Amino acid sequence: MQFMLLFSRQGKLRLQKWYVPLCDKEKKKITRELVQTVLARKPKMCSFLEWRDLKIVYKRYASLYFCCAIEDQDNELITLEIIHRYVELLDKYFGSVCELDIIFNFEKAYFILDEFLLGGEAQETSKKNVLKAIEQADLLIDTATTQSTLTVASEPDSNTLATIQNTVSTA
Amino acid sequence: MSDVVEKTLTALPGLFESQTGAAKITNRLRQLIKSITELTSKHEEENLIKRELSAIKEQVSSPNTTMKQMREIMVRAMYCEMLGYDASFTYIHAIKLAQQGGVLEKRVGYLAVSLFLNEGHELLLLLVNTVLKDLQSTNLIEVCMALTVVAQVFPKDMIPAVLPLVEDKLSHPKEIIRRKAVLALYKFYLIAPNQVQHIHAKFCKALSDKDPGVMASSLHIYLQLIRESPDSYKDLTGSFVTILKQVLGGKLPVDFNYHSVPAPWLQIQLLRILSLLGKEDQSTSELMYEVLDESLRRAEMNHNITYAILYECVKAVYTIHPKAELLEKAARCIGNFVLSPKINLKYLGLKALTYVVQHDAKLALQHQMTIIECLDHSDFTIKRETLELLFRITNAQNVTVIVEKMLDFLCYVPIKTLTFAPDNSWFIQTMNDVFSIGGDLLQQDDPNNFLRLLAEGKPEEDDQLRLYAVESYLTVLKGHTSHLPQCFLQVMSWVLGEYAHLQESVDRREVIRLLTQLLDQRSVSSETRVWILSALTKIPEGQTDLILDLAESLSSSQDTVLRQQAQELRHLSQDSQLREWVLVENSCAVDSSLSFLDGFVSEALAAGAAPYKPPHQRQEELSLNLEPYSFSLPVSLSSCSITDRQSPTLLSVSSGLSGNSAELSTLILEGVKRVWGKDGYLPQKEATAPPVDEPSAAVQPASQQEAAERIEPRPEPSTQNQDKQQLASSLFVGLGVGSSVSLVRKLFYDGFTASLRGNVMDCLEARSTSVCHYALLMDDPHTNVSLTGTVSYQTQPGHTNTLPFSGTLSTADFIRPLVVTTEEYGKLWLSLSHDVKQNLKLLTDAGDPLRTTLNALKDALQLHVVDIIGSEGIVACRLLSGAPCLLHCRVNGAALAMWLRSPHPALPDFILYHCQRALAHH
Repeated sequence: MQFMLLFSRQGKLRLQKWYVPLCDKEKKKITRELVQTVLARKPKMCSFLEWRDLKIVYKRYASLYFCCAIEDQDNELITLEIIHRYVELLDKYFGSVCELDIIFNFEKAYFILDEFLLGGEAQETSKKNVLKAIEQADLLIDTATTQSTLTVASEPDSNTLATIQNTVSTA
Repeated sequence: MSDVVEKTLTALPGLFESQTGAAKITNRLRQLIKSITELTSKHEEENLIKRELSAIKEQVSSPNTTMKQMREIMVRAMYCEMLGYDASFTYIHAIKLAQQGGVLEKRVGYLAVSLFLNEGHELLLLLVNTVLKDLQSTNLIEVCMALTVVAQVFPKDMIPAVLPLVEDKLSHPKEIIRRKAVLALYKFYLIAPNQVQHIHAKFCKALSDKDPGVMASSLHIYLQLIRESPDSYKDLTGSFVTILKQVLGGKLPVDFNYHSVPAPWLQIQLLRILSLLGKEDQSTSELMYEVLDESLRRAEMNHNITYAILYECVKAVYTIHPKAELLEKAARCIGNFVLSPKINLKYLGLKALTYVVQHDAKLALQHQMTIIECLDHSDFTIKRETLELLFRITNAQNVTVIVEKMLDFLCYVPIKTLTFAPDNSWFIQTMNDVFSIGGDLLQQDDPNNFLRLLAEGKPEEDDQLRLYAVESYLTVLKGHTSHLPQCFLQVMSWVLGEYAHLQESVDRREVIRLLTQLLDQRSVSSETRVWILSALTKIPEGQTDLILDLAESLSSSQDTVLRQQAQELRHLSQDSQLREWVLVENSCAVDSSLSFLDGFVSEALAAGAAPYKPPHQRQEELSLNLEPYSFSLPVSLSSCSITDRQSPTLLSVSSGLSGNSAELSTLILEGVKRVWGKDGYLPQKEATAPPVDEPSAAVQPASQQEAAERIEPRPEPSTQNQDKQQLASSLFVGLGVGSSVSLVRKLFYDGFTASLRGNVMDCLEARSTSVCHYALLMDDPHTNVSLTGTVSYQTQPGHTNTLPFSGTLSTADFIRPLVVTTEEYGKLWLSLSHDVKQNLKLLTDAGDPLRTTLNALKDALQLHVVDIIGSEGIVACRLLSGAPCLLHCRVNGAALAMWLRSPHPALPDFILYHCQRALAHH
């Protein structure tokens, strides 16, 4: 995998992870272009895009788009499942995760991602093991500080990703 | 347990201290995020972030800032960077945080470093010592963090410094450490392969690690290694096969299941590795047939993840040394993908097909209709993948259509295809789009072909097309022209020069003015200027003043070619006699027989020169030709099958030609479809085909006439989707070349492509008429086949006249009675495999209904009624010198239950269709 981007329906970047060295300018350009392209796609279209010499695999969960860039010889479907597993992990960790959780705790979303994917490759695919690793590290963090009353106005969507995710997994 | 205690102890100080500060910490970030979401404009956001960043800057440089505050600052800085603002001044502090902070701060510090810095960033050097220290830490979390950062960003030059430590971690008791170490080494291998060469043995140990996670991680390395040199790892094939077998057998802990599929990621990695190992290696491939078969069988559940595995499996099957049984299963799998209503699977199916057609082009044929549908899909991803697929199956016969498809896509022209141009204006408009958007990316041939198409049409037929072109170009030239590609300008100027006079209403001065305007534009290349000047030269006289002005202004041009042309232009416009002599109207008539050389040739012959022989003949003389001489059938012959040469007379196409004698020259059975519309490309194509009979034409007296007949069987599909089917036939033509008969049948099974074959039987010559007989056979049944052809003859050298003719044949024309006895019928019946059953109408108007019905069928379709016993009747027929078809009829109430059998899969359907029609018309 070359990079992973999470962005909202409004085109706001929520998370970015680059597994290939690129300069900031290039990253911004790619992000802008991709966000635009992906947002312009209709819901019934397929989750894959050929873009430059890469394949873009994206999926929308509630208000969030998860978007991965892979190489041509890679397997698109398994990448889609990588995204899904990541959502499952987030969901389990935050408990019915929603976009707000990711906005306010984006560093945690990064930590989870780093336990799941490392250097662009799947590191640990067992949900239990990933969460165990995160929890062990989290033991060090003061839990009292993370309040659960997230009442922020308007823009970000607080629909849980899980509601979408569940419909996906039952479908 | 001891781990937990250890961790808790190290974390204790942090826990106590952060009680008070932490609430504040999250509040700051929360506030920032909150205020950002409340903003309405980008400008406000910029201001806010600017303020935030300067606050951060102040804080980080303050000596009083604690590590905890720094951690919070760093999170905010990451947030600002994510929003796209530059917070590079915090990078160094991120490194400091990783270096000096407690475990909590370190975690954020390392994260910030991995997000902020690239592999090549110089600040990374400052991180090396921290990493070294943490790798040696007794705190597992710290070791983990260090390994995580190493596996993401680490300066290449510093690898040797940490390598021994990372290597040691391969034998660490905790699996998470071993796993991260393996991935760190994988990363090292990617950026500096020669530095990790000595630890290959340790990779092997990782592969046999008892923890599945570690083992799975090691596969990343192996995949890479094997990709680079598959031969060095053949001995591991057995191990990979065993691992895959265990995974499939559910031997892994359930934790690794994903939607109840055991370790799919692991499976896919293994399949990839196996396919690399088995590529072009029969003995290695044989080791994996069994497990691949099992993989294909196991992946049954209807979930994305199983499809992901199946896809990888299919790829593996087609990559390794082929095994028929597996290929068949894999092909079926691809079918499931392609036909799936789920668009993602369809895409994967197309991708798999694209991969597979490189090995077996015929697979695409089974899915031609799906492919055609995908070509028109609203989703560009699907469209593009389809084009990729078409690109792989491009051959000499379908290339025009496919290239056209690609052009369409390139230009985003919302058109199905140029093939079926409904009218002239549409065609011209489309070509305008292609030229103006595709522009100079087009190959030189495209504009040339287009011009030839315009030029070579018959005056009366194609004037309409030319008029449209002239009109449309004048409109284009009146608009903005500076952005138009050069090739389009050239095309336009040529057309205007050549055909502007056709349009009565057009003011010539206007044309000259527009063209002159173009000349003045700076963006116009000198090549294009030459085209424009040539066009101006061709516009008939009368506007001498304008032309002279122009010539005057160009006579001082720096370009010598232009100066010369301007000079010519001046002379021509002043001397109308010279002009008439130089510029003959319709000057594009080409003497393709080169008759003007006749004198020269006869002189040379008289002087003892050897007579001309065409290249292919010269070739034949050089080598022994063991094949009997055949008719000169051009390339496209390959599209019709010539498996069976017995050719009873079936049909004679006789064409009466008035003239002294006619000579039959070619018989072209073209599978290629017409490319443009009715008025378009087809006649041109024929006109430009090489005159096959050139030598004889040159030798024979000029009065002699020459006739050439071409027969072009054209499918006339019975279903509605004619466009698509036509497209299908033009796209998939030629794919069955050189394959066995059964494959050819498959090709035609869907009824898109006719495969008539014909042969010249005889050619009766008489004083004024010539009768040519052709025998046509139908290899593969179709409801209707239309036959088009042309007769071309020469009235005088260099002037070829062409007469088109056409006709329609149906399968019924090719059905003949098959005379067999009841016993023979019985034997044959058992040996036939393809059967179709259907109830038909029973004719009840007179006497014995069964007999009446069968006789009606017999009369209509030339069937042979073998026997009628009670309420059952048996009937036999055959396709002309082709497959037999047996019909078993039984009276069933008011209907006739018909059961047809034939060795040909499609024949029963067609016979049934004709029976139905015959009875309906009765």
